Amino acid sequence: MSSDYNRYVRRKSLVLFALATVVLVMAVISLSAGSSGLSLSEIIEAVLGRGTVQSKTIVWNVRMPRIGAGAAVGAALAMTGCIMQNVLRNPLASSSTLGVSQGAAFGAAFAIVYLGAGIQVNAAGAAGITVTNPYTVTICAFLGGIATTAVILGLYRISSITPSAMILAGVAISSLFTGATSLIQYFADDVMVSTVVYWTFGSLGRAGWREIALISGLSLLAFLYFIFNRWNYNALESGGHTAKSLGVPVDTLILISMIVCSLIAAVSVAFVGCINFIGLIAPHIVRRFVGNDYRFLIPCSALMGAVLMLAADVVSRMLIAPVVLPIGALTSFLGAPLFLYIIMKKGNIK
Amino acid sequence: MIRIKHISFSYGQREILKDISFDVQPGECVGVLGNNGAGKSTLITCLNKIRTPKTGAVYFGNQDILKMGRLETARHISYVAQKNEISQMTVFDTVLLGRKPYIKWAVSQEDIDLCDKVIRQVGLAEYKLRYINELSGGELQKVMLARAFVQEPKLLLLDEPTSNLDPKNQYEMLAMVQHMVRQRHISALIVIHDLSLALRYCNKFLFIREGEVFRYGDASVITKEIISAVYGIDSTVAEIDGRKIVVIG
Repeated sequence: MSSDYNRYVRRKSLVLFALATVVLVMAVISLSAGSSGLSLSEIIEAVLGRGTVQSKTIVWNVRMPRIGAGAAVGAALAMTGCIMQNVLRNPLASSSTLGVSQGAAFGAAFAIVYLGAGIQVNAAGAAGITVTNPYTVTICAFLGGIATTAVILGLYRISSITPSAMILAGVAISSLFTGATSLIQYFADDVMVSTVVYWTFGSLGRAGWREIALISGLSLLAFLYFIFNRWNYNALESGGHTAKSLGVPVDTLILISMIVCSLIAAVSVAFVGCINFIGLIAPHIVRRFVGNDYRFLIPCSALMGAVLMLAADVVSRMLIAPVVLPIGALTSFLGAPLFLYIIMKKGNIK
Repeated sequence: MIRIKHISFSYGQREILKDISFDVQPGECVGVLGNNGAGKSTLITCLNKIRTPKTGAVYFGNQDILKMGRLETARHISYVAQKNEISQMTVFDTVLLGRKPYIKWAVSQEDIDLCDKVIRQVGLAEYKLRYINELSGGELQKVMLARAFVQEPKLLLLDEPTSNLDPKNQYEMLAMVQHMVRQRHISALIVIHDLSLALRYCNKFLFIREGEVFRYGDASVITKEIISAVYGIDSTVAEIDGRKIVVIG
């Protein structure tokens, strides 16, 4: 009898391995996609450190950081969505729909304009701006993100807000922070305005190895925390009272999970700008294969987030090459219809 | 024996439970009865620390459960809520949650075998890999009951387990509870509104009125006068084929 279940669990493990393979395939596609005309053999040579200086520069200084940043940010945002949807009992929750990303974007813009944490390198170039002080930007982005989280948690705990009202609150908070970011731009000089505007487009090109290490390190710590609590998240799927009766410290779990989510969402936003909807859609896609079993849903969401980001990045570079489209706009084009689909399908969300 | 001593609970200034004390023996099913808002659900959620009572103790032997850690409490008491959130989880994974208080890191084969056995006992073997959001109300309630059983509790708390079930499922559900309680020599507190159903499956009855114990005892406490005092309605208590029933009105 129980062998059925073991087979079923093995099937979910297969989904995990399949997704990991897709991430690798997407990374290879991303590595070979671009306007420089490098052949696959030249790319392989460069990866192995044997190619020309030019090919090694393109592969190691341009494409590899993009892949690293895309995979790390995609995984971080997807985990954030996955956990927020669980602890807030809301299928529409994610850092972008709740306004956490917008709060973080305001914090980061504030750091760039007023605290001198970023400079414009070349408004017309791919890099646009460079974050000169990643820690200041991260801290300010985190403060902006955590301020939003505090409001959402306050509404959730004090007013017993419904899931749809929570999203409406997210819309209000997003508007507030977008307005505040506009004010920063209004009072900034021309160069800073273009810097912030360019920054808000979202780009994987601006994150260097130092930023990637920071995002990856924090995401890994977050992943370990989430995985450590995977049974608690599973229990929470049955509701708060049932989870408490199974020994889950529900209030602490919700609080710490939301803080961790805010942190990794803020760090992602700080270095690559606002990337919408990845956090919302990645968990929903993998749920179709592994259900709400957080033992598998957390790692599968992270991998799916990485796949979606890498795919969006390839499309953004290839669609009208050599122009690189803002990746944030592309993920919104991808995510917004799915968001509407979820609302239609789960029409009973109250 | 489980001894519940002086449990009080308040929402702000409003007292919901006032000094509630009673004992439950192993093998006993206690029907918790009373009007809506009397404090029945609050009482059972105070016993396993879902809510924190203002005063009181719940003794299992000499150990006060309210002073134990969360996981230790969950190894003693299991709970089936009045309303269950339905998620895209399989029957097996939902039942497996009952082993959560025992799982250290990975699920053991013993955990899996126990879940298998209980799923078969509640008659859901063929549904075990189905998502619970595809089940009927009766099947879902059996899943929740199976989850509570695999928790291997000494006390089972059921908050209106038969509400929203058709008569067949109501009887099946309570028959399963009665069987498990007897077989495992554990105790159960069942919040229930149907007095005839309570008479059939419970052997003790706890009437709660305005947050206080109004009466506690065997079937002899279910009388026309007490029903009138607790619910404010007329009733007839009769016997059919040697079985006591309550007819309202």
